[in-house]
Amino acid sequence: MSFDATTLPGGGLGWIDGAGAHAGIVLATRVRLARNVEGYAFTARAREGERLRVLSQVRDALATMPSARQGMLVRVDQLEQPDRLLLHERHIVSKELAGLDAEQTPRSGAAVHVGSHHAVMVNEEDHLRIQALRSGLDLDRAFADAAALETELGERVPYAYHREFGFLTACPTNVGTGLRASVLMHLPALVLTREITRVLTGLQQVGLTYRGLYGEGSDVIGNFFQISNQTTLGRSEDELLAYLESVLSHVIDKELEARRVLLRDAGYILEDKLWRAYGTLRYARSLSFEEAMNLLSGARLAVGLKLMHGLSVYTLNELLVFSQSAHLSARAGRMLNEEDARVARATYVRETLDGASL
Amino acid sequence: MWFLPEADAVLCEVCKENDVAITLTEIDGNGVRQVRLCEKCAAERGVQTAVATPKPALESLLQSAQQQLAGAQDDVGRCSFCASTLRDFRQSGRLGCPYCYTAFEASLRDLLRKVHGSARHTGRQYGAPQTLGTAPSGAPTADRLRERLERAIRNEEFELAATIRDQLRALE
Repeated sequence: MSFDATTLPGGGLGWIDGAGAHAGIVLATRVRLARNVEGYAFTARAREGERLRVLSQVRDALATMPSARQGMLVRVDQLEQPDRLLLHERHIVSKELAGLDAEQTPRSGAAVHVGSHHAVMVNEEDHLRIQALRSGLDLDRAFADAAALETELGERVPYAYHREFGFLTACPTNVGTGLRASVLMHLPALVLTREITRVLTGLQQVGLTYRGLYGEGSDVIGNFFQISNQTTLGRSEDELLAYLESVLSHVIDKELEARRVLLRDAGYILEDKLWRAYGTLRYARSLSFEEAMNLLSGARLAVGLKLMHGLSVYTLNELLVFSQSAHLSARAGRMLNEEDARVARATYVRETLDGASL
Repeated sequence: MWFLPEADAVLCEVCKENDVAITLTEIDGNGVRQVRLCEKCAAERGVQTAVATPKPALESLLQSAQQQLAGAQDDVGRCSFCASTLRDFRQSGRLGCPYCYTAFEASLRDLLRKVHGSARHTGRQYGAPQTLGTAPSGAPTADRLRERLERAIRNEEFELAATIRDQLRALE
């Protein structure tokens, strides 16, 4: 099946617009609700026929839901690998759903319903992973979006629910509310001042967890951290969100404080570093993804510190998404090998920065 | 301090044994100084090259709790809907189906208390609409088992079919 990502509502990228609270530090907020359809084994143990029935039930339900009106269903199991990778780079599907681990293909029945601010994965580890994404720190709106989809879907498809344990999930770490709220943060100053380890350890002590840019099992690249709640049972959705928000506001304060310290104690050195990072982005002819991410992290910090003007958070977010391999290949109209991708990346970054005059 | 990944392998300036993992640019009162360090020496200076990855506490807790819970009771029970056992759960960390929560209720209650600090859901309540005609989660009905039996036979999963047939007999 050939697939054109530009046909997705808002490209599935409503979260990169650089709006929302603390957009200089918080890229995006994601809330996901895990649900399973009553009467079937969980995805991993379900037979192909069961997964396909789950999919058809969900598809029928989505077609009549007001909150899913502006969205389209993509059969991930029918996509070629580059298209699946592209959806993953866009944070629309997980690695598992896209079957991107070595030697893997997506399981039959794997699909995603994509809107400008939501992505409902079907036949992931749980039958349903209802996700809403918002730019900046916006837990309330992201939760409201996800909850609206969840409520309407639950009126059309019966969820597996247990009076004592709540919403039932394949992994007991998700049972109860099935709620995972993650906030993607850019914390360069905490990394530079080496405070980050202490902050991350502290997060774990208070029951939160963190991951890299692409979620579970991914490395930390470009000073991006996804911070999320860990427990899902025994507290209500509102309590879980309020708690996460209160801890996150501390993390934001710490990052701001570290930025002030850096500026005060190493102002010109920092400024020099950041402008050099920008210079490399502006003139390099070949960039690896990791190098680009590190340099973009510098540019993002410079914008945050108001050392650079004329470069918007939106442009930086755009660069983050579109300088990934599958996106560069899509732009070139052919599969790029690693070397070609580096050259294409440098060209793309250069052209984009040309358009933003500082 | 600023770091970028090194392109070529060079030896660490401190231990002179391992390959350089990062270049550390230190900023102090005297200006800027660059030191190239291996992963180990960087860690000793409090810099983690992959940035701090202490194993999330929850995962290791889950693992040990799973082992504990499965150790004594392996194969004591089998979920009557999907035929999973506690051993399957220990191996995969995933339950087979919603009915597993009923089949292994007591063990799971302990596990959930350890993992979440509570075994009682206090969030949104849910009742499937009557029109959808589903029973609340619990023991599967004979109809459901029959449907499942047919499917197992169709898929030529005879071992599973035999298990389901036994359950059906017991139920009837």
